[in-house]
Amino acid sequence: MSGFNPTSTLEERARVALNDEFLRNAVKYTTEKLRTNKKSATDELGNWEDWRDRGRMIRLHTIAHLDYYLSLFVENVRKAGGYVHFAKDTKEAVDITMKIMEAKKAKSVVKSKSMVSEEVHINHALEENDIEVVETDLGEYIIQLAGETPSHIIIPAIHKNKQQVADLFSAEAGETLPPVTKTLAGFARSKLREKFLEADIGMTGCNFAIAESGSMVLFSNEGNARMVSTVPKTQITFMGMERIIPSFEDLEVMASLLPRAATGQKLTVYMSAINGPKRSEDSDGPEEMHIIILDNGRSQQLGDPEFQEVLNCIRCGACLNACPVYRHVGGHTYGWVYSGPIGAVLTPVLNLDNREQWGEVANASTLCGACHEACPVKIPLHDMLVYIRRRNVEEGIVKKAEQLGMKGFQIVASNHRLFRSVLRFGKVAQLPLVKNGMISSKLGPLKAWNSFRHAPALAPQSFRDSWSELDQELKQTKNELPADIKQRMEEIVAKRGKQR
Amino acid sequence: MKVSLFITCLSDAIYPRVGQAMARLLHHYGIELHFPEVQTCCGQPAFNSGYWDTARESARTIIDAFEDSDFVIAPSGSCVSMIHHHYETLFVDEPIYLKKAKDLIAKSYEFTQFLVKVLGITDLGAHFPHKVTYHPSCHGTRLLGVKDEPYQLLEKVEGLEFVPLPYAEDCCGFGGTFAVKLSDISGAMVTEKAEHVLETQAEVLVGLDMGCLMNIGGRLQHAGKPIRVMHLAELLYEGVSKQS
Repeated sequence: MSGFNPTSTLEERARVALNDEFLRNAVKYTTEKLRTNKKSATDELGNWEDWRDRGRMIRLHTIAHLDYYLSLFVENVRKAGGYVHFAKDTKEAVDITMKIMEAKKAKSVVKSKSMVSEEVHINHALEENDIEVVETDLGEYIIQLAGETPSHIIIPAIHKNKQQVADLFSAEAGETLPPVTKTLAGFARSKLREKFLEADIGMTGCNFAIAESGSMVLFSNEGNARMVSTVPKTQITFMGMERIIPSFEDLEVMASLLPRAATGQKLTVYMSAINGPKRSEDSDGPEEMHIIILDNGRSQQLGDPEFQEVLNCIRCGACLNACPVYRHVGGHTYGWVYSGPIGAVLTPVLNLDNREQWGEVANASTLCGACHEACPVKIPLHDMLVYIRRRNVEEGIVKKAEQLGMKGFQIVASNHRLFRSVLRFGKVAQLPLVKNGMISSKLGPLKAWNSFRHAPALAPQSFRDSWSELDQELKQTKNELPADIKQRMEEIVAKRGKQR
Repeated sequence: MKVSLFITCLSDAIYPRVGQAMARLLHHYGIELHFPEVQTCCGQPAFNSGYWDTARESARTIIDAFEDSDFVIAPSGSCVSMIHHHYETLFVDEPIYLKKAKDLIAKSYEFTQFLVKVLGITDLGAHFPHKVTYHPSCHGTRLLGVKDEPYQLLEKVEGLEFVPLPYAEDCCGFGGTFAVKLSDISGAMVTEKAEHVLETQAEVLVGLDMGCLMNIGGRLQHAGKPIRVMHLAELLYEGVSKQS
């Protein structure tokens, strides 16, 4: 399966993406559009920072009391006649699903978008058991036909352009379809309509689970989630255990934050709150409803001061659109299910048993902080990436050359005399490589830098070596510090309460 | 009142002219300066790579250097944000150094922040008749909150024609060790940034962090583009000294 290749390294996956001009243009184009839309939607709403603060408070509170709200949610789902299953890992989630399939003698499944179902690779398991599974979200449908995994949390086929979609749909249709949005969407619509009507099971994700009512809330733009959750007789919903919010009042805040942060929409096109299976007075809905609540490494973050906040994520994808690394390499570079900055945190954190393999994903960031700035619930992703890197170092899953380099840095940077000697030695040692104050050689470790740039040479005289002369020179002219400035500075010092 | 220079390792080793320009400008306003030479590096390269024990020893030199200073000024938003955001974390188990770290946080400033917010100076009387664009570095703007200061200073420079940089707030791809660890991605990012700089047709690219400027400038040189890359302190000093 392309896009999920755990045997490759981050660097190798990045190289594949960087050489794919189509992908880079498609991702850049779409993320740019989303960023611009987000900006106008948040500007229009006004007080965006206050909304973010409110969103963050709701998520902090809920996660801090997750045991309480999760129990309340489960109690209310059961009261409404739904079945709740807890899965501690992906294997349990698959087993539970297959048991339901067996009991229902299911032959076909229609799905609306769910990242958790991607996380447990449910499609793979269903297909292995000869159960037909069809993704009904347009983007998911595209990548399903391509045999790939999502490369964006909310826009799974962001890396595909119109022509590529036309080629995929043409193969499915058995005739050549033109790369025209209306035609392509029309094809998917009629094809999927058949599937909705014949499916035994409808499978959905869950954007928010409301504790006070036991409702699960779906945000969608295509209406497919409504078809999936009303037409088939049995519904299965996957949700991460952290997807809870306390009340409908909190949903109002989330419904203002999520679509604006995600796509710049004021409101999602369809927002459904589903309470249990069909009641006698309902005109439609599933006869049986199952909710599978997945842990898969999440509960291990509870109580961890460095990572608990990652559970606050509402999966809007704003950090992906803001991330300069994501915009150049797309989602498959991250190697697992979640991509972008949130993926660079979730991948190593949720795959604790596989740190050796996934720890390096946290390196896919310049720590520029654009993710934190974009996040509607203010998760400090840029700090978490550093925490993961520290754990990588502590666990020894880093390159030997890097360890040696840092050892050298420690010796030199903790002693100013040595630091000075190294600068003096370096400026002489570098001479064979320096031309016009620059180094362009690609020898050894210089290759990584100099493939794209010239490196500066060490200065002929460092600042510290020039200071005594400069200090003398400055002392020649005595300038008077203006009285008002002097007073202001003294006030600042006094304010700090410093006694001198 | 003791005002000290935190010169940063990059300016110390490679760009001493940046520290010198900053010192001369501050001296011009009658500020007496100190350069405690026990300082080496703020420790950020090690900290961000996950080597916190290494970072701590380097950070200690900075804390020791400025223990008795009243103001600490650095020509880098990134190094100052390292102090502000991570020194408490680094010394959380060392009460004595934790206290010193907190003191340092309260008194350390990025250069333009100090000029504008503390000294209250935006007009230095500089004259710089060139077309200039500005790259706002991520750590200085997003983490330290230095956003308006450089624009306020540039606005008052006589003769300067300011051209906004497209996608200015996008990272240049430096990211310290990132540039070497994931050099292909970093290379793609800096290539794009350099293209945006070229689009402005500016003669000069100015910034507040030599890390980013070394990256973008190195790319521009590699591409054979003769754009001058300067720290804002250099630009201001040149603009002031050519006046007199």
